[in-house]
Amino acid sequence: MTEAVLGALLSHWRRNLLQLFTLIAGLALATALWSGVQAINAEARASYDAAAETLGEGTFAQIVAADGGAIPVSDYVALRRAGWLVSPVVEGRLDGVRIVGLEPLTAPGGLGPVELGGDGDITAFLSGEGQVFGPREALAALDGIEAERTESPGVAPGTVITDIAVAQRLLGTDTLTRLIVAHDQPIGRPALGEAAPALSLREAQDASDVERLTDSFHLNLTAFGLLSFAVGLFIVHGAIGLAFEERRAMVRTLRAVGVPLRRLVAVMAAELTLLALVAGALGVAVGYVIAAALLPDVAATLRGLYGAQVAGSLELRPSWWLTGLGIALAGTAMASAAALWQVARMPILAAAQPRAWALRTGRGRAVQAVGALLLLALAGALAIRGGGLATGFAMLGALLVGAALLLPILLDAALRLGARFARETVPHWFWADTRQQLPGLSLALMALMLAMAANVGVSTMVSSFRLTFTGFLDQRLASEFYVSVEDAAEVEPLLTFLEPRVDAILPILWVDRDLAGVPGELYGMRPHETYRENWRFLEAEPEVWDRVFAGEGVIVNEQMARRADLVLGQPLLVAPNTSLPILGIYGDYGNPIGQAVIGEDLFGGLYPEAGALRFGLRLPAADVPALRDALRDFGLPDGAMIDQARIKAFSLEVFDRTFAVTGALNVLTLSVAGFAMLMSLLTLASLRLPQLAPVWALGLTRAELGRLELIRAVLLACLTALLALPLGLALAWVLLAVVNVEAFGWRLPMFLFPADYARLGLFALIAALLAAALPAFRLAQTSPATLLKVFSNER
Amino acid sequence: MILDAFGIEKSYPSAAGPVPVLRGVSLAMERGETLALTGESGSGKSTFLHLVGGLDSADAGRIVVDGREIGTLDDAGRAELRRTTVGVVFQQFNLIPSLDVAANIAFQARLAGRADPVWNAELAGRMGLTEHLTKYPEQLSGGQQQRVAIARTLAARPKLVLADEPTGNLDEATSDAVLALMLDLVAETGAALLVVTHSTRLAGMLSRQVLLRQGVLA
Repeated sequence: MTEAVLGALLSHWRRNLLQLFTLIAGLALATALWSGVQAINAEARASYDAAAETLGEGTFAQIVAADGGAIPVSDYVALRRAGWLVSPVVEGRLDGVRIVGLEPLTAPGGLGPVELGGDGDITAFLSGEGQVFGPREALAALDGIEAERTESPGVAPGTVITDIAVAQRLLGTDTLTRLIVAHDQPIGRPALGEAAPALSLREAQDASDVERLTDSFHLNLTAFGLLSFAVGLFIVHGAIGLAFEERRAMVRTLRAVGVPLRRLVAVMAAELTLLALVAGALGVAVGYVIAAALLPDVAATLRGLYGAQVAGSLELRPSWWLTGLGIALAGTAMASAAALWQVARMPILAAAQPRAWALRTGRGRAVQAVGALLLLALAGALAIRGGGLATGFAMLGALLVGAALLLPILLDAALRLGARFARETVPHWFWADTRQQLPGLSLALMALMLAMAANVGVSTMVSSFRLTFTGFLDQRLASEFYVSVEDAAEVEPLLTFLEPRVDAILPILWVDRDLAGVPGELYGMRPHETYRENWRFLEAEPEVWDRVFAGEGVIVNEQMARRADLVLGQPLLVAPNTSLPILGIYGDYGNPIGQAVIGEDLFGGLYPEAGALRFGLRLPAADVPALRDALRDFGLPDGAMIDQARIKAFSLEVFDRTFAVTGALNVLTLSVAGFAMLMSLLTLASLRLPQLAPVWALGLTRAELGRLELIRAVLLACLTALLALPLGLALAWVLLAVVNVEAFGWRLPMFLFPADYARLGLFALIAALLAAALPAFRLAQTSPATLLKVFSNER
Repeated sequence: MILDAFGIEKSYPSAAGPVPVLRGVSLAMERGETLALTGESGSGKSTFLHLVGGLDSADAGRIVVDGREIGTLDDAGRAELRRTTVGVVFQQFNLIPSLDVAANIAFQARLAGRADPVWNAELAGRMGLTEHLTKYPEQLSGGQQQRVAIARTLAARPKLVLADEPTGNLDEATSDAVLALMLDLVAETGAALLVVTHSTRLAGMLSRQVLLRQGVLA
């Protein structure tokens, strides 16, 4: 019996290939966008994990210099002699590659590519010129080094591992960066402060620094994936709903000829599962292609924003494609639950004619309106309450779903208003008929509105961000020219050469160190008008620069203040035993890292070893080319000179790549919504004949009917676009005022871009027009015999 | 006895309170008997047929079909009764639009586990459907669709055929032809036939006629 029932149910799809295509394509697209984003996230996380595993981040406690600088070998020896089981690590960058030197004899098990007793050749690792292990790209970048290069895909992207002595030789250092602390330590060893007072212990954390820093970025991507998935589900819900409506007669017949209800529902669920698996597999495959296309941009973004190294190529992970299939099944279950529930509750003698598809009763509409208003109220309440990324996303969800539920009710009211003002017969029929079509088109219009609102919201956010960022760069990059040297020994001759040729030399002095418990950068600034004139404070005490330059206080960037909950006047530890009050908080867009700034003199006293190797130069802009030529003659390579325009261009490039992924997802989501519209119109067209045939018989030509169909689609898209605009702006506000603050640590002003919105509206209209063109053309071409059949079938 | 209905009562809810449709109807049919249940619109004919077919439940009374009391059966039991014992022919044909004629004819027999291609072919031949076996219902006329519906019911060899206005959508000549064929075939299979109709002319073609008036047998 099951076979016969399944055969009958599947025969519906065979006879309605368009519906089948809509369902499969909708679900595949939804799954593709979701699983594409997940693939990117999985790849990035795998890279972080590889890095953490290789470098011991997160797994082992670490010992670092308390002042954030290097560790002398003598401190390491002292600790070993005192009984501490620690292993030294040297880290640094060479030709853009992270060099990590490990000491294999003392490194804890499971760390690095070579272990004692493992497959690796420990002798080769330790002896002669040594070996470096790393992924192919990293090894290729180290073409000229004197060491045997061995490919090891397990090492984190952009990183190579080698013996500590080789690393020191390559990096030109004789100190250590940090010490890895083995899990099991001997009892009775002296405290760290006793054995090595200049060092401090950093406990093992569940996630590496990079992973924590990038979490919010991945959450943003996931949110977009989810939004795309939701838009796709509208198509699936629509296709399943229509298929179930069209099969009401079949369901009644099946039950009348003896198919038990439970068996029928179970077979229908099995049928949908089968379709979901096919669509899911297709979606996962398309998702892989999308992810592979977007991954290089994401990798560049993560590298530019967070310094995180992510592999540029995608790996097919079983957990990922299984999750993709799972989400396709879950999406189908969500989209079909209501339809299956209706079948389970449908009396066997219910009218077999399809009800007006998805037509809501007055009561159902009232419930929908109440639900929509409750969700919007919830969004409002969350906006007032605020706080936390989860709250931000909950607010977004409530806002979007609430608005989507409200859309058909608002459209119905607008159409009713139109009907009230119609005087002629045909316009009157047009308004009434459009109202009748609304239930069938609601889901597609909701999808269109969500996609448009997402587009308005995200483009407003990105454009506001870009505008602020560009202005910020103009202020911040005030120096006309920047130079750098590789070695401290080159500094003095360079400065001597520069002094008579420029108005001012501004050294860029900094050290990496923990600030208020989070990793950050401490800068030392030379007193100069450049900073007073160009830096903008969000909050500051009077005479802030004078006091900073005098060593009386510190200023911090906004993300640092938000992350560590810092306020003006609060003391901040800038060096062991040195705290300064916070005198100002400045905007620092495009940089996720916490920063603090103190005066140059104080900085020099606290960190004498941290000399400046980079310098900003003030001079008339017209003199820059001459200075460049002079520096060339002086012997400074081109790579060590950069002008302001190039830095700005580079910063904007990093910025644009950051949002390239969201832009791509935006376009894809809008395309999915356009597709939803096309499919809804095409499937509705098959149900339209009984409504249109009488109007044709009464005197309207088929061409006129076709034109009216086009006008209807454009009208509905217009109304939807109008409603999508305020929703999109609300979305932009949530993104700028809540989500971004949590995700990146800065709050941005919101700007409006009417021309962009008008262009988007135009695109939506064109999409609606294109979507309606085929059904309208088909209607105009419908033969009179087909229209007449409507009357012959009437009983 | 194939059908024994006793004291059947049924009412439908309305805004003004329950509206009684059947008020204590009792009716019995022997195996192989053909019976026409006539009456005006709203007299309760179709409701009685639905109750006998297990498509709806009576408020009071007892219906026994082929020795099984319908009131004691759950949904699965009633479905099994419709699959194996009772065949229903509807006025609206209720064919499966996505299956072709051959698959529609074979469908109920497959469900009942009585698939018999030879018998299906004979039924198609007798119904004049042989040339239309690969067509879909929408490609057939109303008379042809009703013949497919009758063939589908008889293909499962039910013991009791229930027909609800089976010729209500057909013209007079086609109606006569279809009913005559149905009578021939039920006679051959030994099934009993209960036809609901408001046409006294058609009712006259069956062996017994019963009139239902305002929910009671006249």
